[in-house]
Amino acid sequence: MSANIPMICRKTLISLSGLILLIFAGLSFYKSRHLKEPVVLGPAVSRVKTLSDYFEGIRGSINDVNIYVCEGPQPGGTILLLGGTHPEEPAARLAAWIFVENAKIKQGRLIVILSANRSATTVTRLGGGYPADYTIPTSWGGQTFRMGDRWSNPLDQWPDPEVYIHYPSRQELAYVDIRNLNRTWPGRANGTLTEKTCYALTQLIRQEKVDIAIDLHEAELQYPVISTIVAHEKGQDLAAMASMMITGTEDFDIGMENSPYALRGLSHREIGDHTDAISLLLETPEPFLDATRGRTDRALLLEGKDKFVMKAGQHGLLFEKMDENGWPIDVRVGRHCSTVLHIADLWSEEHPDLSIKLTQIPRYADVIHNGTGFYLHNPKHAESGRLYFE
Amino acid sequence: MIITLLYYLLTGFIAVLMVCNLVRSKKWQEEILYILVLMPFLLRLLRLK
Repeated sequence: MSANIPMICRKTLISLSGLILLIFAGLSFYKSRHLKEPVVLGPAVSRVKTLSDYFEGIRGSINDVNIYVCEGPQPGGTILLLGGTHPEEPAARLAAWIFVENAKIKQGRLIVILSANRSATTVTRLGGGYPADYTIPTSWGGQTFRMGDRWSNPLDQWPDPEVYIHYPSRQELAYVDIRNLNRTWPGRANGTLTEKTCYALTQLIRQEKVDIAIDLHEAELQYPVISTIVAHEKGQDLAAMASMMITGTEDFDIGMENSPYALRGLSHREIGDHTDAISLLLETPEPFLDATRGRTDRALLLEGKDKFVMKAGQHGLLFEKMDENGWPIDVRVGRHCSTVLHIADLWSEEHPDLSIKLTQIPRYADVIHNGTGFYLHNPKHAESGRLYFE
Repeated sequence: MIITLLYYLLTGFIAVLMVCNLVRSKKWQEEILYILVLMPFLLRLLRLK
């Protein structure tokens, strides 16, 4: 027995060390999953609904997200802005945040979702070494956001199948994409959490009679679909006009691509096919996502500078330019803001009865000049009932 | 839902096996290994990661 005492002490010591590691790791994961992101409702927000208002099957789940409805005094058309389809693409969520907190509307409606896949905002990529969160500097300190991932959190949807068979096309897709909100459109009422979320969003588009659904994204520079508007055939003219107008009037270029018929489950394909809405998807460059990146930290996420991605560019491996200036978050957010505004303006010119006239939204040059944080409002100064959390 | 529950049961079963191996092991290198491998199983069972 006495010979066993050193071994028992050793096992206890090793187990205690493991327990300490478990507690620290667990606390970090818990805090990251439950970080509250404040949203100060802007002047145009008339109602905040939830996704379960459109589909009961999502009620009480993590993806029963807030729907911010911004309305103008005159009736008109309706734009749906989807942020957070892939939360690891922060410019998409931040641009949507700017619309909710700042927009004024003269005519029509703007419906904004900040965390289309809230489950995916509560986890970071396994083995990716991602930061848990990031902070946008503001005049009142800074606002911290959850980093998020491309896929729903396995805590909310697990396990994955060997092969993901998309509904209703039955196309075989990568197993992990059964948790990808941009591979599960138009969704399924009795499917997985991610499929149910898309089903609920499809119901929202139908019930709210959305005219244009815009899904905001970011892309790695080694991916050919970048700095572009991907358009369903119903929105080709609108996207092409927006591309030309932006290239002619703003300080950046954006292309236009057709949504492929053969790749199923994507918003730009399925929303257009299964609802009356025009579906568009916007991409900006995000070096943080490139496989050849260096250290995956907050600086890379927000400044978009990386010498390894730059080197890849020197070898002709990128589909977008990459220099020492990188792709800062303000540039990426500004591109999204301006592109949405141009789409709304062009739509309104062509459809006077269904106009969507937005004001108080900064354009590309404004966001670069003032910074994204300038347009985020201090939650401490929010009026009663005008503060929500994501 | 049933498949998810079965996966949690499976995770718990493997975690118990790992603890049993830790108790039986006589090499400190193996004990450290068991603790490290056990951690993701516990984090999933506790619904933390």
